[in-house]
Amino acid sequence: MISLEHISQSIHEALSASLNPTLVLLIEMAIAGILVISLFAVLGLVLVFMERKVSAYMQIRLGPNRVGYKGFAQTAADTLKLLIKEGLTPDGADKFLFNLAPLLVIVVAMLIMAPIAFTKGFQLWDINIGVLYVSAVSSVGVIGILMAGWASNNKYSLLGAMRSGAQIVSYELSAGLSVLTIVILVGSLSINDIIASQQNGWWIFKGHIPVLISFVIFVIAVTAETNRAPFDLAEAESELTAGFHTEYSGMRFALFFLAEYVNIFIVCAIGATLFFGGWMPFHIGSWEEFNHVMDFIPGIVWFFGKIFSLIFLIMWFRWTFPRLRVDQLLNLEWKYLLPIAMFNLLLTTVMAITGFYIK
Amino acid sequence: MFIVDYIKTVYSTCKSLLSGMRLTGYYFFHHKEIITEQYPDVKAVMAERFRGEVVMTHDEKNEHRCTGCTACELACPNATIKIVTKQELQPDGKKKKALETFVYHLELCTMCNLCIVACPTDAIKMAQTFEHSVYDRSQLTKKLNAPGSKLMEGVE
Repeated sequence: MISLEHISQSIHEALSASLNPTLVLLIEMAIAGILVISLFAVLGLVLVFMERKVSAYMQIRLGPNRVGYKGFAQTAADTLKLLIKEGLTPDGADKFLFNLAPLLVIVVAMLIMAPIAFTKGFQLWDINIGVLYVSAVSSVGVIGILMAGWASNNKYSLLGAMRSGAQIVSYELSAGLSVLTIVILVGSLSINDIIASQQNGWWIFKGHIPVLISFVIFVIAVTAETNRAPFDLAEAESELTAGFHTEYSGMRFALFFLAEYVNIFIVCAIGATLFFGGWMPFHIGSWEEFNHVMDFIPGIVWFFGKIFSLIFLIMWFRWTFPRLRVDQLLNLEWKYLLPIAMFNLLLTTVMAITGFYIK
Repeated sequence: MFIVDYIKTVYSTCKSLLSGMRLTGYYFFHHKEIITEQYPDVKAVMAERFRGEVVMTHDEKNEHRCTGCTACELACPNATIKIVTKQELQPDGKKKKALETFVYHLELCTMCNLCIVACPTDAIKMAQTFEHSVYDRSQLTKKLNAPGSKLMEGVE
């Protein structure tokens, strides 16, 4: 049976047969980079189209349906338009930081791709602190946003960036705490160990109510971390025109736009890995036959299915809830999510120690 | 008690958020009942009283009812209408004032309907058209009487 693991293995063997190890590593890095960039491009096209269709259906509209078959070429046409537009740099802007910010945002998004396991044995970098790495690197993204807001020399951009800074820094806490519940149950930070521990059922089913609560907190916190509505105060079209990317145009704007969707994909991938078993098929305890049937669906299909379901959930939030005020936003985090997450963490620890969960 | 209020707040918040999501979720899965109009494919039929632009009615013999009395031009508050008249020779040898060109500036018109009210012979009326965008402003200056048209018999 052909699997992505076999393909990557055979490429590795074919390269090592004729070249020296350093060159093999470099070539493999280049291949991985091209794969990640093409995944980003495809994700941008697919997710923007999905967002527009989902929003249209939720508002009882039709959405894009003119360009290409049923509007499928709409986002490609939009991207083409952005590509040929002029990338303006405002006069008063800090040119270096202004141009660096979109790159930083997209590079951070690329870095987080490293430890994500797409299917069995198909992972860029298998590190034993995968979850820690993800939560550490994802907080660098806020620097890009602050940089963009500051360098634009525009009051709305700066306001948006500051709001975004306050928001991301606060919500990272509860996102981290909800991730920790799974880490406590598994006893490992490695992404592969976390997935392997869900061999006999996903944590969302095995972990009882504490994991369910931490999943809810995780979804809320990552929605805030990716600056999505109802937490889109950093952009807030109606108040700050577009927040930190008001002054950006052309391809630099497209990079911010792409980074938003890639970040959604990544946080949903992390959520799917932690709570829904990553690429692990739907297994129920010791039902061998059932588990075997489920194994026929490849892991990559499971993984992307879970990711897109979570992305749909986050889009559902966006097109249902109104935007929060800044004080409401911080209230929600510091008065509700954080205490509940901490209490939940305590509960999970007790549960892990007493062994009161489905092993 | 504080903790009871706290839990109540959390519960009611979750409940109200979920009821909102239920509604949008319902819309998502029942997208057949779309409320938007598929504009270029399906065009709306405007109401009878809708004022799109001033047109002059012509019958099948290409005759209009405008005598060139300029009542509409006088009634117009912002000089949208300009009537150009000519002297026409009648069969009995007398000369009579007749309409040569009815110039209508759509770009100046506010659709106030005063010209239609002022018209003594019901020569002009409001049409229900609404797609007025053009590439050049000069295209908005219209000549309302059809070429070669003449005054209808019996209209004074």
